[in-house]
Amino acid sequence: MSSFYGVELKSRLLLGTSRYPSPAVLERAVKASGAEVVTVSLRRESGTGRAGQAFWSLIQSMGVRVLPNTAGCHSVKEAVTTAHMARELFDTPWIKLEVIGEADTLQPDVFGLVEAARILSEEGFEVFPYTTEDLVVAERLVEAGCRVLMPWGAPIGSARGLNNVYGLRSMRAHFPDIPLVVDAGLGVPSHAAAAMELGYDAVLLNTAVAEAGDPVEMARAFALGVEAGRAAYLARPMEPRDMAVPSTPVIGKAALGD
Amino acid sequence: MRIYLNDDMHEVSPGTLAAALETLGFGGRKIATAVNGRFVAAAARPRTELADGDRIEVVAPMQGG
Repeated sequence: MSSFYGVELKSRLLLGTSRYPSPAVLERAVKASGAEVVTVSLRRESGTGRAGQAFWSLIQSMGVRVLPNTAGCHSVKEAVTTAHMARELFDTPWIKLEVIGEADTLQPDVFGLVEAARILSEEGFEVFPYTTEDLVVAERLVEAGCRVLMPWGAPIGSARGLNNVYGLRSMRAHFPDIPLVVDAGLGVPSHAAAAMELGYDAVLLNTAVAEAGDPVEMARAFALGVEAGRAAYLARPMEPRDMAVPSTPVIGKAALGD
Repeated sequence: MRIYLNDDMHEVSPGTLAAALETLGFGGRKIATAVNGRFVAAAARPRTELADGDRIEVVAPMQGG
């Protein structure tokens, strides 16, 4: 069982709450996914608006743990202030820390990320940094106080899967004791299974479920993919090899030729 | 005095952040606040005096990935 800042989760699928066709579909998708943690955010609301309050009531009714994010933040100051607001609003020290550095790929600004992670960790936050698979950055994040790392699979919302399997595998090998979560870029359950087969502790996804033709069924499919990948990792897969090896024994084969 | 709440200008009586939020319809709501880019905790709102031209951010829970 992996521990995320002392919290043990049965489900290794963390699910985002954005972009669903309706609140009812979101609720059913979360249930179908088996996720115990959902990501949430915070946005401006007017004095007459009630969307935020309604959303919060829905999340509370689901009985899941929330992981607030700093999505859309492009500077350390913005991310840190957003984290402060999120901690009060959602009453949790958990924060999915995003400091975005590039508009087209939504690639993390890893320099700002490390700086913000250090500030927040010193203030008692439990930081889940959205990062790349760069090992040096990952080391800096751990030094800054992060006890979970969340490298991207591919750019957010791209559905491309694992762009750098070698990098993700290296990260797993370098940080055997840090819970690792592939966050972002997954499109189909086989991507999630592949991440879990690498030995990742969990995956975090949103758009692949929310924008599927049937989000509830896709949530269930991802849950199965995650479970299959984890079971396969624990079962220790065989190594690939270049040449064929007959699976059916040759010895004892009937001699029928010339 | 004039304050800017989520970029919209409002005329309010001089006073605290808590009073301004009450006046503008946020009383009892689940929100978080910042003034001029600095987080202001709920407990500090009643003692946070606003000044003319202050920029206030008010956020609420929202869907996120």
